[in-house]
Amino acid sequence: MDTAIDAVGLTKSYGAVRVLDGVDLAVRTGSVSALLGPNGAGKTTMVRILATLSPPDSGRAKVAGYDVERERGGVRRSISLTGQYAALDDLQSGAENLRMMAKLAGLGSRGARVRAAELLDRFDLAEAAGRRVGTYSGGMRRRLDIAAGLVGDPSVVFLDEPTTGLDVRSRQTMWSVISELARSGVTVLLTTQYLEEADRLADRVAVLDGGRIVAEGTPAELKQRVGGGRVDLTASGPAAFGRLRAALGPRALHADPAEHGLSVATDGTAAEVRRLLQQLDPECVLVERFAVHEASMDDVFISLTGGTAASDTDGLASRTGGTGGEVARV
Amino acid sequence: MSELTDTRAPAPSRAGRLPSLLRDTVTMSQRSVRLTMREIDGLLTALILPVLIMLVFVYLFGGAIRTPTEQYVDFVLPGVLLVCTGFVSALTATSVTRDMKEGIVDRFRSMGVAGGSLLTGHVVSSLVRCGCASALMLATAFLIGFRPTADAAGWIAAAGVLVMFVWALSWLAAVFGLLARTPEGASGFSFVIMFLPYASSGFVPVETMPGWVRGFAENQPVTPVIETLRALLHGAPAGADAAVAAAWCAGVTAVSVVLAAVLFRRRTA
Ligand SMILES: Nc1ncnc2c1ncn2[C@@H]1O[C@H](COP(=O)(O)OP(=O)(O)O)[C@@H](O)[C@H]1O
Ligand SMILES: [Mg+2]
Repeated sequence: MDTAIDAVGLTKSYGAVRVLDGVDLAVRTGSVSALLGPNGAGKTTMVRILATLSPPDSGRAKVAGYDVERERGGVRRSISLTGQYAALDDLQSGAENLRMMAKLAGLGSRGARVRAAELLDRFDLAEAAGRRVGTYSGGMRRRLDIAAGLVGDPSVVFLDEPTTGLDVRSRQTMWSVISELARSGVTVLLTTQYLEEADRLADRVAVLDGGRIVAEGTPAELKQRVGGGRVDLTASGPAAFGRLRAALGPRALHADPAEHGLSVATDGTAAEVRRLLQQLDPECVLVERFAVHEASMDDVFISLTGGTAASDTDGLASRTGGTGGEVARV
Repeated sequence: MSELTDTRAPAPSRAGRLPSLLRDTVTMSQRSVRLTMREIDGLLTALILPVLIMLVFVYLFGGAIRTPTEQYVDFVLPGVLLVCTGFVSALTATSVTRDMKEGIVDRFRSMGVAGGSLLTGHVVSSLVRCGCASALMLATAFLIGFRPTADAAGWIAAAGVLVMFVWALSWLAAVFGLLARTPEGASGFSFVIMFLPYASSGFVPVETMPGWVRGFAENQPVTPVIETLRALLHGAPAGADAAVAAAWCAGVTAVSVVLAAVLFRRRTA
């Protein structure tokens, strides 16, 4: 079995809102995949379906070889879910929380004690083991939360926005925790709003927007799709900005009227940049400065999702092909 | 860990189900009891308030109320006992709402823990809380002159009636807990429940009440429970009241369990 997660045509609506509109997703066993999308894209909805917590309206999904609707028991014994909000009891100590989870995962009292001690050590929480979770910092809480998901030795681990709301240092720690988890051989599907995070952690990234996967591939492949590079132009004034923008049309990745800035995808070669400048500004008066960058995941994201922070469900088809005009940096 | 990824765990077997349901229920009960014991302020209110209520009734109102028993405290004890256990059971609603609001229910479910185990855990911890509160209340009552005449069998029967009452009420509270959106909303249930024993035969004989209140007091569930407890504690036969009390408790439990199951499924879909 080399696909740990295999979803086909998943749909889910809440009332009139179609949150998932035919999502396909395949995750290779032992890999780390990221489901990347803006707030409200349906990431949590997707993960909850895969974790058997909520049934899809239509479509099928298999996790660890089990069908999420017909073989829930099998799925539940193979997975762990660490949600967006810490699922721990503040009034119990770290060790008590882990022992409780271990017992629920089927271990006896002794086994649960051993497992809890092991995990506390592994996640660098041994010193805080006896303290109530209510006194933990945000980062410690998340680590304990992930540890709690591992008591039953799952083969597939879902992490829903594991670093949202953490400070920079805790995020770094979290990243190494997740990388280590990946090295131990489990399959990880994480969701995130952060491009950098997907870039850093994931073997493959699926971009979820408007209820569909609008792009899927390795971070490098996705960057390739926007041309591998980006050239930032600064116009010489408001009028020049207007003319450049009109000339570029949908090719503009970003437009910043305040700074008279425009960004365009490029493969980064001198020939192409020269051609672009020649075509846009043959008299050499409109473009004041330019700079070439390697494409970041931000560019990918913006070009794929139209840069909408919260997506509306209609108008998707028109958005996914081209790029938005004036877009916000995410 | 890699061998886990390419072998499918055996499919759930029927034989393995029941023991795991029982084990999960025990684990969840331990959890709820521990949480409740650590919630100091809730616990203190639950323990001290009813004792104060008893003292107020016995010393301030007691002298003015004429009752069939010689001492007012003998008459009023079952009533305050139900105010107390009613209030303490109602806290179940708050605990359930709090759990439903947090991600922990999702984790439990993703581990295959049944909703029944989670809710039963809360009801069991309610029984433990009520046990503590009742013990404290009886001890205080003894200090101020409560002299029951029940024998051992009477005490056991009275404890049984109380457990039945708390069990039913805690399940009902769990239903309110599943309906409420915030723990504050859920705590409103306590006030409804606290009121019932006052409009019963718990504090004054129903004969002294005006017509329609009397009608309500004679036919509401708390009255037969109080009459049964009073009879048992004073070594008298409980008779028909015991049967009515048992029927009420069984009925409330049955309806609440079914409602709780439906609501739990709806809330977590
Ligand atoms: N239980 C629910 N009832 C109604 N609407 C919901 C429910 N869960 C999610 N939604 C809606 O579905 C959309 C996607 O939500 P979600 O999956 O949580 O997105 P994300 O996790 O990507 O931020 C949002 O618009 C949200 O309001
Ligand atoms: Mg989410």
